[in-house]
Amino acid sequence: MQNVLILRIIFGLLAAVIAVFSIMAVRTRRILHAATYLLFVLFATAGLYFFLNYSFLGAVQLLVYAGGVIILYVFSILLTDTDCENASPMFSLRRWLALSATIGGIALVSFLLITNTWPQTDLPMDAEISMKTIGRTLMGTEKYHYLLPFEVMSLLLLACMAGALVIARKRS
Amino acid sequence: MFDFSVVTTWIDEGLRRIMPEAGAIAVECVIIGVLLLAVYAVFALVLILAERKVCAAFQCRLGPNRVGPWGLIQTVADMLKIITKEIISIRHVDRFLHNLAPFLVIIASLLAFACIPFAKGLQILDFNVGILFMIAASSIGIVGILLAGWSSNNKFSLIGAMRSGAQMISYELSIGLSILTMVVLAGTMQISRLVEAQGDLWFIFKGHIPACIAFIVYLIAGTAETNRGPFDLPEAESELTAGYHTEYSGMHFGFYYVAEFVNMFIVAAIATTVFLGGWMPLHIPGLDGFNRIMDYIPSLFWFLGKSALMVFVIMWFKWTFPRLRIDQLIHLEWKYLLPLNLVNLIAMVVIVALGWHF
Repeated sequence: MQNVLILRIIFGLLAAVIAVFSIMAVRTRRILHAATYLLFVLFATAGLYFFLNYSFLGAVQLLVYAGGVIILYVFSILLTDTDCENASPMFSLRRWLALSATIGGIALVSFLLITNTWPQTDLPMDAEISMKTIGRTLMGTEKYHYLLPFEVMSLLLLACMAGALVIARKRS
Repeated sequence: MFDFSVVTTWIDEGLRRIMPEAGAIAVECVIIGVLLLAVYAVFALVLILAERKVCAAFQCRLGPNRVGPWGLIQTVADMLKIITKEIISIRHVDRFLHNLAPFLVIIASLLAFACIPFAKGLQILDFNVGILFMIAASSIGIVGILLAGWSSNNKFSLIGAMRSGAQMISYELSIGLSILTMVVLAGTMQISRLVEAQGDLWFIFKGHIPACIAFIVYLIAGTAETNRGPFDLPEAESELTAGYHTEYSGMHFGFYYVAEFVNMFIVAAIATTVFLGGWMPLHIPGLDGFNRIMDYIPSLFWFLGKSALMVFVIMWFKWTFPRLRIDQLIHLEWKYLLPLNLVNLIAMVVIVALGWHF
């Protein structure tokens, strides 16, 4: 009973961190602050994965998002013009577009949340999934295995890399 | 060999007897946190003293020798001094990021430190993807360094941070690949099982040639990852005053300083754990008497001894080699270490698949 309470408190804390810092990330005017708040959101998401006892996904979240994507964001912010404090507030057409996109997004997500049926569990998994299972599922070709999506993803990344090289190439 | 889990389970059972389970877990978390911070600080003090002594020996000096016997209390005095120093607040900096950055660096370092298996049963975090988590945790520190350089509002700091970021992202590849090579040999990523798998023979001997190549690559990349000489151009004092931490003062600077030294120890500890058997004594198959004698040396001494040797090698690098230029540094990683690492990984896979290892 007490364990369930503790788990609920931890979940509540993580959820609150995610919610608060997500709002702060879009509210702030300074772009590097936004990146930092996003980093906190990603930390808390990794915390959720560790909370669910899925340490592989948690470690990957830290490695790819916190240690990779955020660093690339910060790098690109540092390399480009960062004078965003005097950026003018959004003009009205763009504001209306953003508002309609937000409402549409909320409607879609709440539709999915309401219509979906959730499994009734209180406790996270007891044991961690072994590395072998994850590896075989990721690299397997049977049903519910993920080799094709994995390869498609790597093709996409290759295309991105080639594109970046073309953009960065010095033209003589 | 003494198993430290005897002590920890004894404490755990004692606590569970006098309070409910949830309270026991909370108390244990606090105890572990305080112990971790204390051990972290003590390691930093010892390492700073060791660095000064080793540096002095390489330069034919005596090093600190006034405070305490053989200068042993010198770093404690330095610690007291830096704690009481004023943290100067600078105008025109981004105060939030400027104050946050040192904490990001130290948290990343502390998370990786928590994964180290110090002795048999003496390990805090032991996930089944332990070594991946350790690499992931240590990669967070780069964000702290980049933010520190940017928020200082100083050109030199920014250049230092950019160099540091480029360097650490590049060399992280080599670290990951060389450890992956050893994971192929071990067949597990859990740190405790990595150590146990070396019970008959250490991995560096088990995997012979590819393991040795991976070990050398790891040492080079690990030295670069900690921003230490000869790869210390992020804080090259002749060009950038002190790089990304130029504008920091008092204990905020102290955090960077401490994190740099403990990160060096973490690199040495991973090298020890993955290649040199961690806390496992030197066992040679066939020599049972020799193996039994080796078992009498406590596992903590084995781990600390091997790590101290690796730390000495990393310090040796710093005080022997001249500093590289930034283009040489990037060329070394992307043109030499990375292809070598990839070929080495394939070689290890072939050797493991054909059973050519010991």
